Amino acid sequence: MNRLLLRIALDRLVTGAIVLCVMVAAVPVLVLLLFVLIKGLPGMLAPGFFTDPPHPVGVPGGGVANAIIGTLEIVGIGSLLAVPFGALVGIFLSEFGRNRLGDTVRFVSDVLTGLPSIAFGIFGYTILVATLHHFSAISASVALAVLMLPVILRTTETALVLVPQSLREAGLALGAPRWRVTLEIVVPAALGGIVTGALLAMARAAGETAPLLFTTLGNEFVQVNPLQPMGALSLTVFKNALVPYANLQDQAWAAALLLVMLVAITNLLARIYIRRIQR
Amino acid sequence: MSRGTATERVVPTPLVVSSRQRRLVAGDRVFEGLAVGAAIVILLIAAVFVLALFVPALPAITKFGFGFLTSSTWDPVRLQFGALPAIYGTLLTSAIGLLIAFPIGIGAALFLAEEARLGLLRGPLSFAVELLAGIPSVVIGLWAFFILTPLMRDNVDPFLSHTLGFLPFFQGSASGYGFLTAGVVLAIMVLPILIALSRDVIRAVPRSLREASLALGATKAETVWSVVLPYARVGITGAVLLALGRALGETIAVTMVIGNRPQITASLYAQGYTLPSVIANEFTEAVGNLYQGALFELGLILVLITIIVNVAARILVWRFTGSAPVRV
Repeated sequence: MNRLLLRIALDRLVTGAIVLCVMVAAVPVLVLLLFVLIKGLPGMLAPGFFTDPPHPVGVPGGGVANAIIGTLEIVGIGSLLAVPFGALVGIFLSEFGRNRLGDTVRFVSDVLTGLPSIAFGIFGYTILVATLHHFSAISASVALAVLMLPVILRTTETALVLVPQSLREAGLALGAPRWRVTLEIVVPAALGGIVTGALLAMARAAGETAPLLFTTLGNEFVQVNPLQPMGALSLTVFKNALVPYANLQDQAWAAALLLVMLVAITNLLARIYIRRIQR
Repeated sequence: MSRGTATERVVPTPLVVSSRQRRLVAGDRVFEGLAVGAAIVILLIAAVFVLALFVPALPAITKFGFGFLTSSTWDPVRLQFGALPAIYGTLLTSAIGLLIAFPIGIGAALFLAEEARLGLLRGPLSFAVELLAGIPSVVIGLWAFFILTPLMRDNVDPFLSHTLGFLPFFQGSASGYGFLTAGVVLAIMVLPILIALSRDVIRAVPRSLREASLALGATKAETVWSVVLPYARVGITGAVLLALGRALGETIAVTMVIGNRPQITASLYAQGYTLPSVIANEFTEAVGNLYQGALFELGLILVLITIIVNVAARILVWRFTGSAPVRV
């Protein structure tokens, strides 16, 4: 009887330890978000934060307009490159990919997923910056596009594979050729999953810093030409954090808050979209 | 499941081929050609990727040979480069990160997969974990730089010196920047992936095994310890390896707290360097083929290590759950 009590006590103890683990795991998230919110909000509400470029060191005020435009444009161009292409490869994997080539593509894309993000920066530097002899936003877009590709193609494949086989057969039985069945029946049926994958990939790309360091380099001025160096929110956070000026550090917190909000909103959109599709 | 269950060719060869049918077949040929072409382009991109990492590293590879891996000198002024301090820092910080994250991560995964008694907590906790996974690493770096380093310097490090100071790891002066702080940051960053993957692995343990154990009179904890965890061991190892792959390559957050000094010391308080943080820190100021080449070679070493770790991890997780982890 005594032994049974001991075992029950031990069971409770283990349960308690497990709950403790969850708490410990959840604490960093809350602390982190709280700090970013508290320290970032005043800077974000300051006049000119969204509309002004950064002021020179020592001049108070200024904003991150250069970085907002840069992040949106770099990720936008990167998505334009990666989403259609990634979706097409996803279609290949699901509709034509039950062979050696398909397995190779899956393996390669899994390896790409696991690569450190800084490797994509080196890639962008070597193929576009070193060859064109100057830093440019487009090289960052290309680096981010390659970073997004594996996510997009694997989510597209997963979404397409889940489309019931009977839908394909119904289309083919009506005499439609394979490409029309794929593009007009299978892809629309799986659109929720494809869009979700694209949005998640975009959210990840928007938060990346390492691939931008030696591709777009950063720019204190508003720049919209993708062939020139451009600022980005993540670069603003990184650079302003490391300088000893309080107002620039405040701007780093505000930019971090904006970045977190951007990523969170994109993630939220993905969730809402997938819920609406599933209904 | 994730293997493509593509449609087999269900269209029989028509006996009479009209021009319309010929057009249809031509359309399918073009479509399939496009799809296959895109797949081949992906492979080409990967090949270019490898070349883009390898070719610029050649000056350093030819100059230093294998000595690059064993030399602990990193002196850009005299153009003497060795990767050992950076490799040491990368392995050490990742090891610290996983040592901290492993027990917490497995515990949290057990809660999410097994514990039914506090089910109300499960939704918000899953959400919190996914939220953490989505926070950009530069934001975590910012937080660590301003909040965590003073905390480590003033509270955690003195406490460790006081209690465990007889060990060489916890000696020396603590600045707040260094291996230990970087390890803590990495622990926070790999927790979400560790929790999510271990949870999936633990969920994949057959229910009947648990029921058999419970029916024999084992408590929940005994079932987890002697049935669930042993069964899930291979999959959990894979999850840990995937987390390790993430930790090895983490750049920005580590760069902000590691201290950026190429040295090898036993003290965890000491400032150090990791492979990606050397590259991130020195790349834009590196002049000359040799200096740049040395940085590229560090990148190459990093990529090779992460590929080995990731492939091993994927094989383990895949063998266990029967499908590759897609979301990671």
